[in-house]
Amino acid sequence: MLFFVARRLLYLVPVLIAVSVLTFVIASLLPGDLAYVILGDQATPENVAALRHDLGLDQPIWLRYLSWLWHILQGDFGRSFRTGQTVWQAVSERVPVSFELMILAELIGLAIGVPLAIACAAKAGSAFDRFMTGSAFGMLSVPTFLSAILLIYLFAVELRMLPATGYVPFTEDPVANLRFMVLPALTLGLAEWPGIMRVLRSDMIAALQEDYIALAKAKGLKPSRILFVHALKPSSLTLVTITGINIGRLIGGAVIVESIFALPGIGRLLVGAIYTRDLIILQGVVLLVAAGFVIMNFIVDLLYAVLDPRIRHGHA
Amino acid sequence: MSGALLSVENAVVDLPTPRGNLRAVDHVDLTVGAGKTLGIVGESGCGKTMLSRAVLQLLPKKAKLSGRVMFDGQDLTTLPAEKLRKLRGRSLAVVFQDPMTSLNPVLTIGTQLIETIQEHLELDLAQARQRSIELLTAVGIPAPEQRLTQYPHQLSGGMRQRVAIAVALSCEPKLLIADEPTTALDVTIQAQILDLLAREQQRRHMAMIIITHDLGVVAGRTDEVAVMYAGRVVERAPTPALFKQMRMPYTEALLAALPKLDVPPHTPLPAISGRPPDPTRPLKGCSFSPRCRYSAGRCSTEKPRLSPAETLEHLYACFHPIAAGGRA
Repeated sequence: MLFFVARRLLYLVPVLIAVSVLTFVIASLLPGDLAYVILGDQATPENVAALRHDLGLDQPIWLRYLSWLWHILQGDFGRSFRTGQTVWQAVSERVPVSFELMILAELIGLAIGVPLAIACAAKAGSAFDRFMTGSAFGMLSVPTFLSAILLIYLFAVELRMLPATGYVPFTEDPVANLRFMVLPALTLGLAEWPGIMRVLRSDMIAALQEDYIALAKAKGLKPSRILFVHALKPSSLTLVTITGINIGRLIGGAVIVESIFALPGIGRLLVGAIYTRDLIILQGVVLLVAAGFVIMNFIVDLLYAVLDPRIRHGHA
Repeated sequence: MSGALLSVENAVVDLPTPRGNLRAVDHVDLTVGAGKTLGIVGESGCGKTMLSRAVLQLLPKKAKLSGRVMFDGQDLTTLPAEKLRKLRGRSLAVVFQDPMTSLNPVLTIGTQLIETIQEHLELDLAQARQRSIELLTAVGIPAPEQRLTQYPHQLSGGMRQRVAIAVALSCEPKLLIADEPTTALDVTIQAQILDLLAREQQRRHMAMIIITHDLGVVAGRTDEVAVMYAGRVVERAPTPALFKQMRMPYTEALLAALPKLDVPPHTPLPAISGRPPDPTRPLKGCSFSPRCRYSAGRCSTEKPRLSPAETLEHLYACFHPIAAGGRA
C-alpha cells in the first residue's frame, strides 16, 4: 500500500510541471501587452519599454517561465498589479466559499443520485426505473442558470424562505451562511445527481448479473446486504471517479452559479481576472486550481485501492 | 417416494428468447434421498444447470418454471421469499462451476464465510470466526487464520473452490448441489476437489447432487445417475447398474467419448457426431435420434417414454435399447 501511494505521488510531479507550462504559455499567448494594460492608452513608448523591462517582459518566454516557477517554488505566486493583493491572499479569501459550495453540492448530488441508482438497479426495467432514468435524462439537459432562476423564483420570491443572493462567512454566522448556501448548492446538486445516478445504476445492474450475486442469494443473505454490500461496493469505482472529477471541476468555482447568487468564490475571481487582464492572478489561480484537480484525482486513485483490493495488490 | 429429501416432479423450465420459446428442462422427475448422492450427466446445454437453478429457485427472471420442487416437505416453487432465504445456505447449499467468479472480489474470504454463518446460526463474531477457521481447515486450506483476511484474487483457483465449498458447508446443509465443481479447474486439482466433496458428504451425512458432463466423475462417487439430453432425463439408474448395463445409446456414446489412456497415439477421439437439437425447435421424435446410430422407424416420429428396465430403479427412454449382454 505504501509503495502504491509513493508511486502515485511520483506520477504527480510531471503532471504538475506540464500544468504549469501550459498555464504560463496560454496566459502569455493572450493578445495585448501587459505593459499597455497597466499603463493605459496614453502611455509613451519609453514608459512602456521601461515597464516591460521592469516586469521582465523583454526576456525570452522560457526565461520568464523559469523565473515564475522559481518564485512559485518559494511560495511567491506574485501579486495583482491592480489591487496589490497577492495571488495567495486572493485565493485563500475565496477558496472557503467555493469549497463549501462544492462539498454541499456534491453531498446533495450523492444524496439524491445514490439511493435512486440503487432503487432503479434493484428494480431494473420496472416502471419506476424507466421513469427515473427518463427524469435523470431530462435533468441532465436543464442548464444550471435555468434551475437557478426557477429555484430563486420558488424559494426566494414565492415562498420567501431563503435569500436569493449574498454571502456571510461560516465563521461569522453559520446559520446565515447555510441559508445563503442552500440555493446555489441545490442548483449544482440538481445538475450532479443525474450523472451519478446513471453511472451507478448501470454498474449496479452489471454487478447484479455476476455469479457472486447468485451465490450471495444462494447463501440466503438478506436482500439489503446483497444490494448494499455485495453489489454496491464493487460497483462504486466509476461513482468515485465521477464524484472526484465533479469535485475537481467545482474547485475551479462554479462561474455561473457564483455569479447568479453573488457568491465571492474562485469562479468569480477568475472571471474578474480575465476581464481586467490581471494575468498574474489568472496564472496563479489557474495553476492552484489545476493542482487541486490533480490532487483530487490522486485521492480518487487512493480510494480505488481502498474499494478494490485487486488494484491495491497490483492485479488489475 | 415419500422418504425423499428432494423430489423434483414434472419440472418444466421455459425461457423466452428472441427466436422463440426455449424449453431448457422438459418434464423432469428426480428424487434424492437424505444422505444420498445423485449425479446429473449431460453435455453443454442439456439443461442440467437450469435444472439445478430451478431447484435453488435461482432461475433468470424471465424463466418460467412449472411442476413441483419438494424439499424437506416444502414446495420451493410456492415458498414465500423470506422462508426460502432462511432455507438457502442453511439446509440447501450450492457450489458453482467457476470459483474465479463465484466469490465476491472485493470482500475478504473471512467476510464471505462469516456472513453466511451469522445469517443462519446463532453465533457471535468470535464463534463464527472460529467456525470459519475450522471449515477452512476441513476443506484442506493451509494457514486458515491468515486466509480470513485475504481476498479471492490472492488464492489459486483450486483454493478458491475449496473456499466456495467451505462456504457451502458452513451451516451443515442437508443437500449440497455441486454444479460442475471441477470444470474450471486444472486436471490435477479436479480429483482432489471431488474427493473432498465425497469425503465431506460422507462425514456430514448430507445429500449431494453432482452436475457434470463427465461420466467418469460420477462413476465411483454417486449412488444414482441421471443422464440428461435436450432437457429430458433419458436414463436413470443406480450407478453400479448403469455402468454394468447402460441401455440408452446416448449414455453409451457419452461414455465412449471419454478420452482413454490406453489407446495408441494419434487415435481420433470418438466424439458424438452432430450437435444437440436446437432447443427452440423441439423434435417430434426422440431428441437424440438424428445423432443415434441405432435410430430407426418410430424414433423420429414418436417420443420414447422413460420406462423401467429389469428393475424399477433403472429407467431409460429408448425404443431400441442396448440389450443385456450386447446388442441383439
